[in-house]
Amino acid sequence: MSDLSAARTMPFDPWPPAVLAAAMLVPLVWIAPSTWLILTVAGFAMGMMIFIMASGLTLVFGLMGVINFGHGAFVSLGAFLAASVLTRMTGWTAPDALALNLVAVGPALIVAVLVTGALGWAFERIIIRPVYDNHLKQILVTIGGIIVVEQMIHVLWGPDQIPLPRPTAFKGSVGAGDLVFEKYRLLACVLGVAVFAGLHALLNRTKFGLLVRAGVENGAMVEALGYPIRMLFVVVFVAGSALAGMGGVMWGLYQEIITAGMGMEVMVLIFIVIIVGGLGSVGGCFLGAVLVGLVANYTGFLAPKLALASNILLMVVVLMWRPQGLYPVIRQ
Amino acid sequence: MAELLSLAGVHTHIGRYHILEGVDLIAPEGELTMLLGRNGAGKTTTLKTIIGLHRASAGAVRFQSRDLIPLRTPEIARLGIAYVPEDMGIFAGLTVRENLVLAAREREIDDRRLKWLFGLFPPLEKFWQLRAGFLSGGQKQMLAIGRAVIEPRRLILIDEPTKGLAPAIVGALIEAFRELKRAGSTILLVEQNFHVARSVGDGVFVMDTGRITHAGRMAELAEDAGLQRRLLGLSLDAHQ
Amino acid sequence: MIDRLLSGDLPRGRVLSFLVLAVVLALALAPILFPGQRNLDVAARICVFIVLVASYDLLLGYTGIVSFAHTMFFGIGAYGVAIASVRLGTGWDALAIGLIAALSLSAALALAIGLFSLRVRAIFFAMVTLAVASAFQILASQLSWLTGGEDGLTFRIPAVLTPGFRLSEEPILGVMITGRTLLYWGVFLVSASLFLVMLRMVNAPFGRVLQAIRENDFRAEALGYRTVVYRTSASVLSALIATLAGAMMALWLRYNGPATTLSFSIMVDILLMVVIGGMGSLYGAILGATLFILAQNYLQDLMKQAAAATQGVPLLPELLHPDRWLLWLGVLFVLSVYFFPSGIVGRLRGVER
Repeated sequence: MSDLSAARTMPFDPWPPAVLAAAMLVPLVWIAPSTWLILTVAGFAMGMMIFIMASGLTLVFGLMGVINFGHGAFVSLGAFLAASVLTRMTGWTAPDALALNLVAVGPALIVAVLVTGALGWAFERIIIRPVYDNHLKQILVTIGGIIVVEQMIHVLWGPDQIPLPRPTAFKGSVGAGDLVFEKYRLLACVLGVAVFAGLHALLNRTKFGLLVRAGVENGAMVEALGYPIRMLFVVVFVAGSALAGMGGVMWGLYQEIITAGMGMEVMVLIFIVIIVGGLGSVGGCFLGAVLVGLVANYTGFLAPKLALASNILLMVVVLMWRPQGLYPVIRQ
Repeated sequence: MAELLSLAGVHTHIGRYHILEGVDLIAPEGELTMLLGRNGAGKTTTLKTIIGLHRASAGAVRFQSRDLIPLRTPEIARLGIAYVPEDMGIFAGLTVRENLVLAAREREIDDRRLKWLFGLFPPLEKFWQLRAGFLSGGQKQMLAIGRAVIEPRRLILIDEPTKGLAPAIVGALIEAFRELKRAGSTILLVEQNFHVARSVGDGVFVMDTGRITHAGRMAELAEDAGLQRRLLGLSLDAHQ
Repeated sequence: MIDRLLSGDLPRGRVLSFLVLAVVLALALAPILFPGQRNLDVAARICVFIVLVASYDLLLGYTGIVSFAHTMFFGIGAYGVAIASVRLGTGWDALAIGLIAALSLSAALALAIGLFSLRVRAIFFAMVTLAVASAFQILASQLSWLTGGEDGLTFRIPAVLTPGFRLSEEPILGVMITGRTLLYWGVFLVSASLFLVMLRMVNAPFGRVLQAIRENDFRAEALGYRTVVYRTSASVLSALIATLAGAMMALWLRYNGPATTLSFSIMVDILLMVVIGGMGSLYGAILGATLFILAQNYLQDLMKQAAAATQGVPLLPELLHPDRWLLWLGVLFVLSVYFFPSGIVGRLRGVER
């Protein structure tokens, strides 16, 4: 018994990174190296944005077994809030000056994070709390929640899609010759890695993070040590919603056109990522997101029509190999 | 001696099943009280009811004259009750150190206390930075008990700590329980291993089908082979 | 007789029986009672959605699993009929071939998804079906040489079923019986039969086992029922019926495209209809679908007046804008899940007792 559980908690499991390496290297057979590098950066950037949106959801599931189909609502809302802030700050976004642009994006991110965090708090109290133990009702009620939020976005911002233009300094690309990288993608990579590093430090270095990890493994024992798991859960839920809002801003700036339904659309990718990574694992979520982003971009280049289907295929293959995802979380 | 914990007529249901059918039990301050009984008698449910993981449907659970039944598990724990579950409840993905850091909820881990703990369970020092999932069964049990005592607690509930462990480790645990007693802890210990019970128990309660069927001193039960056979369905010889 | 036809599962409750009877009669006599193209269209849509929603309830209400791939099967049925009619030329044989191909594809897909993901938790199935369904939708709009892409496919159906065909030169009972009317009655009869088949299914031992699994799968497994087999069979049957509903939809519209049968918003509509009507009772499908589609078509008129009346009040006109009807149904949906999880049917039955 104890040997088995020890085997399942290998401190370093080399296989998932190996899969990632294989997924990166195999396409080199068909793709020229310079193109490959550009696609890899693009895939990584996409993966980072999905990771930011998905990280909260996987922890929320890990802690309380709650699955929030309404998570995409925070993504949409974040993007629309950013649009409202940025259109009021065109004086700051129009000039081609990085510092000035960042001053504009800063408030947009802060507003999005604060409002989606607050909505997350309300969502947890009103929508989720009454159905903690009932998966069926959770799915239904959170779907209901996203319908209402989407419709409210229509009420507040009008029925049409609206533009979310990137500040000038993030437009265009850098590089020379064959190697040209979109600036915004590079920014997304930097932000994504920063968020991952921050989350990683939080989960490993702080007592709160340790409690979250412990709670994902065995919530009852955390309670028996004297910590109320529901408080932890609320904090994680709010933080996850805020991260989804932040991811929504980035995703919106990436797409440049935003719709109320964009959150629900991106939910498909988010679900694939957290299933592939292993429900409840932040590291798995990161790896899964990168994998999904890369595969989508490589296939998008090689066989454009199969781009989304390729992610389904990726999910099926991973699940046949590891039915609990790349990094299964041990639960008691 | 003052009673630290008392259960009176406690009933507990799990789903549709009526598990505890009126449990009366007392754990006096400073003693190690044994709770014995065959599988399915309700011993684990009794501990879980005390710590609040199951809620009693009737009766009273008093800790220093405070009623525990309406409280939630974390509140009960913060009254100074530690719980070591049957499956040990180790956080396998966390290191030994991290497991103990979480258990020390009042403040940072106290150095003197830690030294004392390392003296009690040397493997904890040796594997301080190892993920707990890597520990052997006995080492995990040491960590589980270590977590319960890393800060002084008024009452420690331990569920079958010696299950499946090698005799040498069982011996080490017996020594540890004696040391904890010397340090003045009050312990309620569930066991199947009669040898352990006889070595450390002060008082004893025997359970069957959700009720207490015998209450007395451990020394008396240890002397009376006939009583053992009647209560526990075992003879001492078979279990030595 | 009626008792046997309904497999002994009567609506129960006076108000409920009356409502169900009223809907069924109104649908049966729709061409006579409510003449006019728009009304007949609404009636046909209600018939098709009753079948679609009832087949979804087999999964959600009776088996306790949430699938987001139901529109995929609906779409497969519609595409099967449409593609066959376009490729093989108009005719009954094309319709038959398209239908058989669609049913086979649906059965294979449902079986694969079921065996793949029903072993694990309900949540897992929900996420996997969501992913598969959205991939299918994208595939359908990308393979434009076959599916017509976003524009979809317009096709012709046998002449007997078109508005141009007249059963007689004289109006019967004051109504001109055209091919369109015949097609409507065809849709009505097929829908009614499918409904009765489903009623039989849930009241047969098979249905009882499904409900036992829903209540406690652990126990059902312990009693010797292979839960995976039962759940997978339920999802295959439900997929097949959804496919038939899709075929009827395409036949009625003489058109099919991603937005009509595959889109996620239709999936949401189905969820709303099942929950508001009442999960775990097929009669809920009748009331849910009828109410929802009537609301979709006529509630907007009402809201338009309300919005006009509240002109000048901040925010209220936007909230009451006709396009926001889904907002109110969304709120109603959340409230239903909390406060009357057995929907209208549960409410009506409860009142009588």
